[in-house]
Amino acid sequence: MITRFRQIEMRLMGPLTLIPIVLCLVVLGTIAALPMLAAVISELVGDFVPAGLQHLVVVVLGTAGFVGILALNPIYSIWLERKVAAHVQDRLGPMRVGWHGLLQSFADGVKLLFKEDLIPRDADRVLFRLAPMLAIASAFAAFAVVPWGVREDGVVLAVSNLNIGVLYFIAITSLGALAVLMAGWGSNNKYALYGGMRAAAQMVSYEIPTAILILVVVAQVGSLHIPDIVAAQSGGLLGVGDWLIFQLFPLNLIAFVLFFICGLAETNRTPFDIPEAESELVAGFHTEYSGMRFAFFFLAEYGNMLLVSMLAALLFLGGWVGPFGSNPLIFFLKGFGLVVVQMWLRWTLPRLRVDQLMGVCWKYVIPISFFLLIATTVIKGLM
Amino acid sequence: MESLGVAAIFYGTAAFMLASAFYVVLGRNLVHCAFALMGTFFGVAILYVYLGADFLAGAQVVIYVGGVLTLMVFGVMLTNRIYNLNLSSGAIQVVPGALSAGLIFALLVWIIQSVDWGAMDSGDPGPTSESIGRLLVGDYLLPFEIASVLLLIALMGAAMLVRRRRGSS
Repeated sequence: MITRFRQIEMRLMGPLTLIPIVLCLVVLGTIAALPMLAAVISELVGDFVPAGLQHLVVVVLGTAGFVGILALNPIYSIWLERKVAAHVQDRLGPMRVGWHGLLQSFADGVKLLFKEDLIPRDADRVLFRLAPMLAIASAFAAFAVVPWGVREDGVVLAVSNLNIGVLYFIAITSLGALAVLMAGWGSNNKYALYGGMRAAAQMVSYEIPTAILILVVVAQVGSLHIPDIVAAQSGGLLGVGDWLIFQLFPLNLIAFVLFFICGLAETNRTPFDIPEAESELVAGFHTEYSGMRFAFFFLAEYGNMLLVSMLAALLFLGGWVGPFGSNPLIFFLKGFGLVVVQMWLRWTLPRLRVDQLMGVCWKYVIPISFFLLIATTVIKGLM
Repeated sequence: MESLGVAAIFYGTAAFMLASAFYVVLGRNLVHCAFALMGTFFGVAILYVYLGADFLAGAQVVIYVGGVLTLMVFGVMLTNRIYNLNLSSGAIQVVPGALSAGLIFALLVWIIQSVDWGAMDSGDPGPTSESIGRLLVGDYLLPFEIASVLLLIALMGAAMLVRRRRGSS
């Protein structure tokens, strides 16, 4: 009995001891440069480039920098995942390559680069090659509308300050399901096909509550523009009180929890990882992939994790608004904090069965989110 | 320079759309055709952006690429001979098909020719979502509601049709 209790305690506390160290490292080390990027680029470029091309250059350079950072994101995310997994299981994880294994993922990345690129003989070669590209394109393109702060002069720090930001997000992420279907079919492998079908069914189902829960926020704020949504959450007690999860108290909190659950399902993370359930389907839709193409799916998965976490932070947790004023760093802390929670859940919870998964979505999550949408709009309308 | 770039984007998109549309019709591999349809849908979304209709472009991708196409591919894969990669479609009823396609084409040309399209607004497109929302639940509330009730009926009808009858399963 005592050992059982000790086990549970370890599971819960293991990652907790790691979170502060890891967050400081990750956020300060790699990402602190990001918010400065757009501002710096627009300052630098101003003097050298004719006015007509300025916008283009800012967008191109900003995109290039952002894609570079997104390509780095999985490297430390995978390191973080392995560390979290290890500490949950009372191990140390990678320790040899670099300080506490910090360079382990770089070594693994180089290994993946040099691996032979295999395509099965009977695979559908066109779709097999197109699938990883589509997966990574949908994951990265969605970051274009994720703003990471507002400068003092009101300029939004984002690759593209789209007016329909949230709608664009829903649209682009829905491509991920197609990429998975393409990979599953193109591999000409029964496990890959089953994985692809499961993934598509799951992603299409959970897209519905995700969209409705985003609508809950949109209906309250009255805008599809992400900086407007964040602006509606500024102020309040300690700069925290007006975060959306604290408004209309229990309703938005429930919406946030459901949104996070749907995010887990859409990124195929445990407990919703049946598309790649290794005990049933070898590796699901990417069974036949190796080398760089496999790495592309990984880049897309970790990109999607960060994307969902950042969007949850923007929509419900006040984005860059925090107790010490608004700062892009606060936004990244929230985003990466939610990524750590995702990893923590992955190594704590068992996997759901296929029918349970659909049952959760259609019988519980969708009705509750419809109720939330109606309740919040009615209350907002009466106020 | 500016207008040349914009024109290049338009013609590039149009060519891409037409090419993928032709592949959808003429291609023999059913799954490839379904994925080629994605190119056409995306081309339409790009044309909407080109016309300054940002909300419509987003909705196009959400509904057609994210919803309809995914379900279509899903359906193609579920139907038959799932282990046969060369799931193909043949050409049947060429003459009636060509006739009806020609008639629809003629109808479209006639409509496009007969309508006065007015002057294109060439200014910088502003946000459209707010005015769309106001029109949908204001001036055009009744058509909007009728369309949604119609969709609901279709949904219930589909569920009714595929329901397994008790005892016959």
